[in-house]
Amino acid sequence: MIRVELAKLVRRPRVWLCVGMLCALPTLVAVLLATTRVAPPPGRGQAFLSAVLSNGQLYPAAALAIVLPIFLPITVAVVAGDAVAGEASAGTLRYLLVRPVGRTRLLLAKLVSIAAFVLLAVAAVTATGYLVGVAAFGFGPGAALGQPGGITSLSGVQLSSSQLVLRLAGTIGYIALSMIAVGAIALFLSTVTDSGLAAALGALAVIVASAVLTPLDAAAVITPYLPTTRWLAWVDFFRDPIFWRDIRRGTELQVGYVAVLLGAAWANFTTRDITS
Amino acid sequence: MIHTSGLTKRYGHRTTAVDDVAIDVVEGDRYGLLGPNGSGKTTLLRMLLGLVYPTRGRIELLGCPVPRRVADALPHVGALVEGPAGYWHLSGRTNLALVDAAGPGGAGGGRRTRRRRIEQALERVGLAGIDRRPLRAYSTGMRQRLGLAAALLRAPRLLVLDEPTNGLDPAGSQEVRALLTELNAAGTTILLSSHLLAEVEQLCTRVGIMDRGRLVLQDQLDALRAPTGRVIVDSPDADAAVALLDSRVEARNGSRLVVRHAEPAALNAMLVAAGVRVAGLADERRSLEEIVLRRTGAGTDRVPRVAR
Repeated sequence: MIRVELAKLVRRPRVWLCVGMLCALPTLVAVLLATTRVAPPPGRGQAFLSAVLSNGQLYPAAALAIVLPIFLPITVAVVAGDAVAGEASAGTLRYLLVRPVGRTRLLLAKLVSIAAFVLLAVAAVTATGYLVGVAAFGFGPGAALGQPGGITSLSGVQLSSSQLVLRLAGTIGYIALSMIAVGAIALFLSTVTDSGLAAALGALAVIVASAVLTPLDAAAVITPYLPTTRWLAWVDFFRDPIFWRDIRRGTELQVGYVAVLLGAAWANFTTRDITS
Repeated sequence: MIHTSGLTKRYGHRTTAVDDVAIDVVEGDRYGLLGPNGSGKTTLLRMLLGLVYPTRGRIELLGCPVPRRVADALPHVGALVEGPAGYWHLSGRTNLALVDAAGPGGAGGGRRTRRRRIEQALERVGLAGIDRRPLRAYSTGMRQRLGLAAALLRAPRLLVLDEPTNGLDPAGSQEVRALLTELNAAGTTILLSSHLLAEVEQLCTRVGIMDRGRLVLQDQLDALRAPTGRVIVDSPDADAAVALLDSRVEARNGSRLVVRHAEPAALNAMLVAAGVRVAGLADERRSLEEIVLRRTGAGTDRVPRVAR
């Protein structure tokens, strides 16, 4: 079943359109920055954007920061919201279930395919970011010596290339987990409604509501439990030494979201009448 | 093959879709489920397949209790529920392969035989020549045939078909009926729902009639259509025939008489011996349509104005 879900994922034009758009936005930003050389002042705008002008190798992180707040959650919500509801509205859900495919198995396969999409998207953005960044901004100081230059961390210490690769991998993992949590919200809603659009919009509504509440002081009591609160904690991977506290808390929170919502999706889907 | 007792499905408090149904489909049957729109046929089929959970009652499908052990029975069941469905951007063959690969490999669903089974099923439903066009380019009839092919893919012991000839032209319907008869002769039990009475009359050996959620009748088709003990006589000398038969004539419409008589052959001999010419003479048999109309009310798609 998992193999079938992955096959359906890669055969779907919509998936590649989403990935293409995700890669196009950071590319556009890089082109604009490289031609104008007007970077946002440090501390304003997206993280890392002010730093990439001097070293293109940091651009993957900047690219992730560009797509993370809106673009990436939208694509994940669209793909995940369609997971069960899309099968239901197309009528294929009933044929899968009488094949027979167990409802729990189906749900797990859907989650795996959502995770695969998230990893694909994040990896594609990272790779595009690296290629575009290096092409547009070069390797930074030290490149003249015939090797890629060191990268300055947010704490001012030089990072080697191997360290950068490790930190980028951590970033990819952390962002992917956050997005899988978004996918879990959409997947749960997808078992509630037969409309993939409604499920995707519902998940986005949760994300937007969370983003509105996060900076609100009056909401401080619930802020630690909002899904978007620690989305940007991965920036701490680029400090030296890595500042683990927020990353760890964020990881726990997102794992919790995935577990709770997957449980809710399972409870709902396995007891539901399939009338579509 | 299928046995239910007291099967009931309620949606909310007000709608009872299926009410206390005890249906019995025996191995080798060609069972036709009839009834007006909204009489609960589709909900009943969905419950048999474990898609909808019953509110009350028991279901046994191929000896397995449903929904608890439905996964043991379903590999031997081919189904077409409420029209065919598929992934619109993929070809017919890919669609069949994907759904086949999604399920368990045993019970005739193995990977190694998949390609051969797909070609065989397509051949059977008359789609052997389809190319790589996606499903969205298919006509309604082609989609219906593909849905049938999906149901036949694993040589099932039981076929559950909801309106199998929907969207097919008369020749296509005829073809499908011939296919189903052939499969049945080879040992496949068939349960189909339809509101095409002529189709059920031609195809089925047993019928069940549903009305407002209840199974109001279940019998062999031959028994339902047994002679009624009356003979229809068509004679140009109708007046002479009436004079001869007297009180045995129950109704007259021009040259056509309805005569109470058990033996058409003896009646014919008697009329001819008396010099009454006979143009036509036959046992009166009730049509399935009459039986259904007498046993069922209007469908739920008819919503008359209620007087206040």
